[in-house]
Amino acid sequence: MKVTLTVNGTEYARDVEPRLLLIHLLRDELGLTGSHWGCDTSNCGACVVWLDDTPVKSCTVLAVMADGRRVLTVEGLANGASLDPVQQGFAQCHGLQCGFCTPGMMLTARWLLNNNPHPSPYQVREAISGQVCRCTGYENIVKAVLWAAEYEAAEHGAAEHGAGG
Amino acid sequence: MQVPAQVEYERAGSVEHALTLLARYGPAARVLAGGHSLIPMMKLRLAQPEVLIDINGITDLCYINLTGTQLRIGTLTRHAQLLESSVAGEHFAILHDAERVIADPIVRNWGTVGGSLCQADPSEDLSAAFAAMKGTMIIHGPDGSREVSAREFHAGPYETVVGSSELLTEIRLPIRPGGGSGYRKVSRRAGDWPVVAAGAALLLDGDVITDAGIGLTAVGATHFAAAEAEGFLRGRTATPQTLARAGQIAAENCRPVSDQRGPADYKRHLACELTTRVLGVAVARARGLTT
Amino acid sequence: MTGPGVAGQETGAYGAIPRKEDARFVRGQGTFVDDISLPGMLHGAILRSPLAHARIISVDASAALAHPKVEAVLTGADLAGRGLAWMPTLSADVQAVLATDKVRFQGQEVAFVVAQDRYAARDALELIAVEYEPLPPVIDARTALAEDAPLVRDDLAGRADNRVFDWNAGDKTATDAVFATAEVTVGCDMVYPRSHPAPLETCGIVAASDAVTGRLTVWSTSQAPHAHRTLYSVITGLPEHKIRIVSPDLGGGFGSKVPVYPGYLCAIVASMVTGRPVKWVEDRSENLMSTAFARDYHMHGEIAATADGRILGVRARVLADHGAFNATAQPTKYPAGFFHIFTGSYDLQAAFCEVTGVYTNKAPGGVAYSCSFRVTEAVYLVERLVDLLARELEMDPAQLRMRNLLRPEQFPYTCPTGWQYDSGDYPRALALAMDLAGYQELRREQAERRGRGEYMGIGISFFTEGVGAGPRAHMDILGLGMADGADLRVHPTGKVVLAVSVQTQGQGHETTFAQLVAHELGLTPDDVEVVHGDTDRTPFGLGTYGSRSTPVSGAAAVLAARKVRDRARLVAAAMLELSPDDLDWLDGKWRVRGDPDRGAGIAEIAMAAHSSLELPDGVEGHLDASAVYNPPNLTFPFGAYICVTDVDPGTGEVTVRRFIAVDDCGVRINPMIVEGQVHRGLADGIGMALMQAIAFDENGNCLGGSFMDYLLPTALECPSPELGATVTPSPHHPVGAKGIGESATVGSPPAVVNSVVDALAPFGVRHADMPLTPANVWRAIQGRPVRPDLAVS
Repeated sequence: MKVTLTVNGTEYARDVEPRLLLIHLLRDELGLTGSHWGCDTSNCGACVVWLDDTPVKSCTVLAVMADGRRVLTVEGLANGASLDPVQQGFAQCHGLQCGFCTPGMMLTARWLLNNNPHPSPYQVREAISGQVCRCTGYENIVKAVLWAAEYEAAEHGAAEHGAGG
Repeated sequence: MQVPAQVEYERAGSVEHALTLLARYGPAARVLAGGHSLIPMMKLRLAQPEVLIDINGITDLCYINLTGTQLRIGTLTRHAQLLESSVAGEHFAILHDAERVIADPIVRNWGTVGGSLCQADPSEDLSAAFAAMKGTMIIHGPDGSREVSAREFHAGPYETVVGSSELLTEIRLPIRPGGGSGYRKVSRRAGDWPVVAAGAALLLDGDVITDAGIGLTAVGATHFAAAEAEGFLRGRTATPQTLARAGQIAAENCRPVSDQRGPADYKRHLACELTTRVLGVAVARARGLTT
Repeated sequence: MTGPGVAGQETGAYGAIPRKEDARFVRGQGTFVDDISLPGMLHGAILRSPLAHARIISVDASAALAHPKVEAVLTGADLAGRGLAWMPTLSADVQAVLATDKVRFQGQEVAFVVAQDRYAARDALELIAVEYEPLPPVIDARTALAEDAPLVRDDLAGRADNRVFDWNAGDKTATDAVFATAEVTVGCDMVYPRSHPAPLETCGIVAASDAVTGRLTVWSTSQAPHAHRTLYSVITGLPEHKIRIVSPDLGGGFGSKVPVYPGYLCAIVASMVTGRPVKWVEDRSENLMSTAFARDYHMHGEIAATADGRILGVRARVLADHGAFNATAQPTKYPAGFFHIFTGSYDLQAAFCEVTGVYTNKAPGGVAYSCSFRVTEAVYLVERLVDLLARELEMDPAQLRMRNLLRPEQFPYTCPTGWQYDSGDYPRALALAMDLAGYQELRREQAERRGRGEYMGIGISFFTEGVGAGPRAHMDILGLGMADGADLRVHPTGKVVLAVSVQTQGQGHETTFAQLVAHELGLTPDDVEVVHGDTDRTPFGLGTYGSRSTPVSGAAAVLAARKVRDRARLVAAAMLELSPDDLDWLDGKWRVRGDPDRGAGIAEIAMAAHSSLELPDGVEGHLDASAVYNPPNLTFPFGAYICVTDVDPGTGEVTVRRFIAVDDCGVRINPMIVEGQVHRGLADGIGMALMQAIAFDENGNCLGGSFMDYLLPTALECPSPELGATVTPSPHHPVGAKGIGESATVGSPPAVVNSVVDALAPFGVRHADMPLTPANVWRAIQGRPVRPDLAVS
């Protein structure tokens, strides 16, 4: 079955079996191996990508369901050589260890901050509560997201200040 | 990773189109909404439909509307949309209570209200919530639409009255003044299915309970409801003793079974405990004492 | 923030610098095993037994072979023809690769399908017909030695029952004497339930066999690539120098990626059979049901003391469920791992433990799940016993511990079962934890809340770990001594490549090891590239588990760096036309004594060593050096943990409100990474204490075979930890460091359980087994506790 979708701004067309899971389209057909999978039951969130404007668990979405839609993966998070503040936050705050859950965590974090630029620590925890990290105990992930929020607030403030001055 | 067996795939562009496809494929087809119940079952090969009919393109099934005396929820409404809906929360705090503890934020982004109801898992949260609210389901079929009470929607574990050529399209909830509601779930961990959960929707006239809806999930309650406890409450004054007695009656009339979430005696205890607590919340909300 | 020594407590290159490896991970550019795709690669899938115990009557793969995308099917009979149907385990037992005679646990490997893609491989599993004759299974470990128990291992000659081993440690006579005369003794049965490390990345392999060169290249999830190479050679008969193991980025391991699993061997054989690369990656159910369980100890512990709270002795009787094959991963000499460190952190007179291992129809494993070889079980036992004693004596558990902790002047201390603790200041750590927690205030709050009918618990644990295996006189795995090598290459411009035998699974070796070497050589961590995880590019060593990387491999890296430094001194002396004795190593350079502005750093010296400089005696040309480190002893990190919980007795729900953790792991090379390790272990401990457990029903069905049933803690269950540190250097490690990877996993479960039991004290609860799910807590209050190893009823 023909499926056409836009991943990280690039349009792809592939002929796939209807049963092909989105995560396998991304990893095996498009070679975008930054998104991982860690369970079979939609519990772990290692496979989180954006479908249009919201994060989803791509192990629980058929590739054909993404036809005509936009997908954002970790490979599309940075703006060229410039890392997204969420990516910077994870590196600055030791928000990752083995790095396996990290892409999904960062994509959820980006979504959270787009909708809530000043989350509380609890709101960060709630946002990532469908995703498992076995390394960090979550503490530094929370710090990383809050770091990115502060960074963006400062950037925003600087931009406003610049515009006003 | 586990993967589904081979399956055919059709995309429905409208309710009529979906009904045509359902008529064409019959019981071999399954409706695919968010897929967050169905696709995991397919990966585990516990479900092996021959055809999937994807209704995600029927965007006019995705709404939350207030009409005079009813809240109407389109079947394709995502859990996250229901949780974010201020109009839903204003009239039915129980909906926000329940949605906040259904799966996790990412699953809620794509999983749908109708999909959860039609999966008919005996531990499903919304089934109990809608039972408490005494909602009505609108089902479309080849001969038009029909209404089914939430109390008659489930035919058993993983079974509903929606026929193989029919589609659940809407849930209607009656809005009545003087109401208060709430939902309380015990689970082993955030995002887990309930060990037991209870929902309540009460109407109060002064201190007197004029109508009571109690939903229970994961305890084998008939139609996810505690009808005997509801009957006990009707016309009684909402005292702590009355609510506690209703909890006991709810517990006496459910049929929990032991599993790794907990032994049957504990679940029966929880049916009492949670019913009592959530009735208390509903009373407080009806009186405007808490949000 | 990136400069050496800016943020840390140490000078030089130590300190809390961001990790070098993060650059690739935050871009999604890590390379995990399932990310590897080779031209012509095939995909394997394993058919597993649905039954826990059954005789195999027949296996018919003809329909699967007829599938258009299937390239091969391997059965037990096929492997038997190659002498590969069985393989040695890490505990000198044998394990079936593909079953030939019987299946002995649900999920056991029966056949291996190789197909053109992973979907087709999975489809073909349904085309294999296996006829089983069901046999009664052995599920409850407590009945495994009953006279009428079915025999699990009838393949082993002369085996009349399900006993794996009997083992003991300590002085039975002396211990019994202490107990006979003690004023107070307290005992308790407790279960440390079967658990699973469940790294987010499951196990997997890509095997590529080259018939022309005879070489086998394996990319696999391996915490011990060199040991795996030797094992594959022994098992398959392939010459070891023709085998290359690459362990790429690992998505966690926690002990589960130490053993060789049947799926790995199947993929290797399949690659030999098909002549093409073969990938096999477990799904999550396979991971949870067939590889790498941990714990499963049924313990009876007793503690003896004086009436005024002086602890005199401990003793324990343990029944250890080893599953169908004894595949425990630990030093050979110790069938119960380091369990006999169960005397804990206390100054006592005598101790004795005896452990009996049994076979059951459950998955094999017994891996060290961040437990330092059963130290987790030992610490849990003794820390629960101390709390039980406190309750019996009506003493505050903190006060009881303070009274009995080893004193600083007792180190090095030899415990009654023979471990020699290297260093410690235990009272300081406990006092700091109590201070951070506001312990007395918490007790006051608890009393107040109890008055209001609210149930809050305060739980303490104090642990001593033993990590960094190990001294070769006592420790080996399948005859391989537990030493690790380090190779250091110094390029002419002074940039350095360090090759090590250990393999990170997220612990940050590329950063910490660069800091270790940079610190010794006056370089920055960015000057040091760390190579690991490829047996063709690294020296031999036993790998990363049991918190041994910094204690063993880190020491090797430091020794290699010091050899470089010593040689650099000779070259520097030649450069400066002085005697080496005239030079001092100061602030990262060899400097002239009395004229410290004159001198040379490693970069200048390296270039000189490669130049036309006339080389002094003892220098052959460049500065490269190698070292192998044989640890003289384990290192003994320790810590004091305090957990505050709130319990709702009406529902049984437990909330972990606060977790205070004071760790002493000696010198901290990168405190940020150390704290990250502690965060991880605390989450692990909360998970084990509250939700993680694998039970089996009476038919041997695994009841924890997916993440819907085997629950891992999320961000909402884990509190924001409050950490503290004391630093007591190890006297025998070259930089005074101790391991930290597992301390918090070892120390936290008893703190959580002690806290919940403390909360439930008004109900008369004195013990409750993990996992403390809402149901189990409620049942404990009712006085009808559940068996966590069996189906809930």
